[in-house]
Amino acid sequence: MRVRLLDIAHARSGDKGDTANVGVIALRPEWYPVLAAHLTRDRVADHFRGVITGGVERFELPNLRALNFLLHGALDGGGTQSLKTDAQGKVYSTALLRLVLDVPDAEARAAGLPPA
Amino acid sequence: MSRIVRVASGQGFWGDWLEAPRRQVEGGPVDYLMLDYLAEVTMSILQKQKERDPAMGYARDFIGAVESVLPAVVERGVRVIANAGGVNPPACAAAVRAVAAKAGAADRVKIGVITGDDLLPRLDALIAGGHALANMDTGEPLSAVRDRVLSANAYIGSVPIVEALKRGANIVVTGRSTDTALTMAPLRYEFGWGDTDWNRLAAGIIAGHIIECGAQCSGGNCLYHWRDVPDLGNVGYPIVEGHEDGTFFVTKHPNTGGWINVPSVSEQLVYEMGDPSSYITPDVVADFSSIRLEPAGENRVRVFGIEGRAPTDKLKVSIAYRDGYKAVGSLVYAWPDALDKARLADRVLRQRLDRLGLRFDQILTEFVGADATHGRLAGDAGRDAPEVQLRVGVRGHDRAMVERFTREIVPLVLNGPPSVTGFAAGRPKVEEIVAYWPALVDKTVVQTAVEIL
Repeated sequence: MRVRLLDIAHARSGDKGDTANVGVIALRPEWYPVLAAHLTRDRVADHFRGVITGGVERFELPNLRALNFLLHGALDGGGTQSLKTDAQGKVYSTALLRLVLDVPDAEARAAGLPPA
Repeated sequence: MSRIVRVASGQGFWGDWLEAPRRQVEGGPVDYLMLDYLAEVTMSILQKQKERDPAMGYARDFIGAVESVLPAVVERGVRVIANAGGVNPPACAAAVRAVAAKAGAADRVKIGVITGDDLLPRLDALIAGGHALANMDTGEPLSAVRDRVLSANAYIGSVPIVEALKRGANIVVTGRSTDTALTMAPLRYEFGWGDTDWNRLAAGIIAGHIIECGAQCSGGNCLYHWRDVPDLGNVGYPIVEGHEDGTFFVTKHPNTGGWINVPSVSEQLVYEMGDPSSYITPDVVADFSSIRLEPAGENRVRVFGIEGRAPTDKLKVSIAYRDGYKAVGSLVYAWPDALDKARLADRVLRQRLDRLGLRFDQILTEFVGADATHGRLAGDAGRDAPEVQLRVGVRGHDRAMVERFTREIVPLVLNGPPSVTGFAAGRPKVEEIVAYWPALVDKTVVQTAVEIL
């Protein structure tokens, strides 16, 4: 089943130099395992291919039902050097939420995920 | 029931809501008012101001904030802690003193001034002494840009703030303190937490992280069910209610807008997060993967279980240096085919820049309304947009070339593609780029000093 990340998570992003971070938080506790299983580093790196110039790091925070992603080379140099509208990476959060996950039907039904 | 210490956040950055400090001290009981003014490049802006006038170099907004909360400070004993001192804490303190004197309260204000974070006057001696101050991202030694450095400040921790409170200060002014120390220090002072009380110190740091951006944990910029956030016009800024064991509650005053719940606090916890298991501060390394959150009533979240460990023997140093010039110009193209018109205008502009022989380190074109914030991820949503803003920026080290670029935008209104407007602001402004250079320095190099005025 195809599931929009926007329907199962909320997010906030910020900057550190030329790196943007995006914290993704499950909207319901029972949806965190779905994020942990399917929102992989590779999946996110693939999503941002051509948008960022560096690699992606991923950290798990089961206590907050959240994942934290570091997107390197995301801010066109970062800070005051960047010419981008979003020089501080404030809206990378919703750019990540555009991602659509493929979740096996049984798993999606068991977790009560909303279909895309 | 254990004793409670209330730390209220009244400012999340320089430029935040001017009403917030006063609303925090008048809306209900608070013991401390914490005001955070400094971001990465703020110090360099303040350094430029100090070069023009030696009595400047601090966050001027703070003086108005002090004026607005002075009755609470002198009559109810609320103590204020702020990193408003920027690159000139003594001048900031003098301005605070003047405001207190004007209000006839000079004898009831004791100002604690914390210095020692400013490494600019010592930079050459440090480099000569073998401190490379290498860029944490690139590894390059600071000597590469030494002649262009504008400011250099070590991030300092809670220790000097605690000392100022012990010595009776009711307004504490620091330079480049960490944002989180401004909240942790009063909790550490009130509860007498020890130097190696890692878990409690880490709890204080995480309390600081949650409220250091003001309303960003109480409904501001909150994506979670954003339509349902109540009464943002009357938003309440956050308050930490600290307990001796390191447990704390995040809440806000009654009869204020916004909301505080587990999702709103979670969003702030992940803001600007790196490796969550190692949030490094001068006082302690906090582990964000240990944090427990639970609802504790209306607009109330309990935070507990936090673990920390010993800090490193380094301090982070925030260095700013001049790095060329930039300018950004924009025009608005209207339906039909707004995006195509804007794209054509961009090609025309680039052709002209090229013919003029202008060379830049970078030219960036964005189409606001189509792809500016999400790039190709936005798909073709901009295709039939009612309007699209063409936004072109250039960056380079030759000021004259950047200046020349600014003259090429407005002519497009009459000699480029049609249906164009939005040029009322005229020619774009050339800005000097002040870039950020993060580095580390041995802790032993930085000695802070506390003075009570």
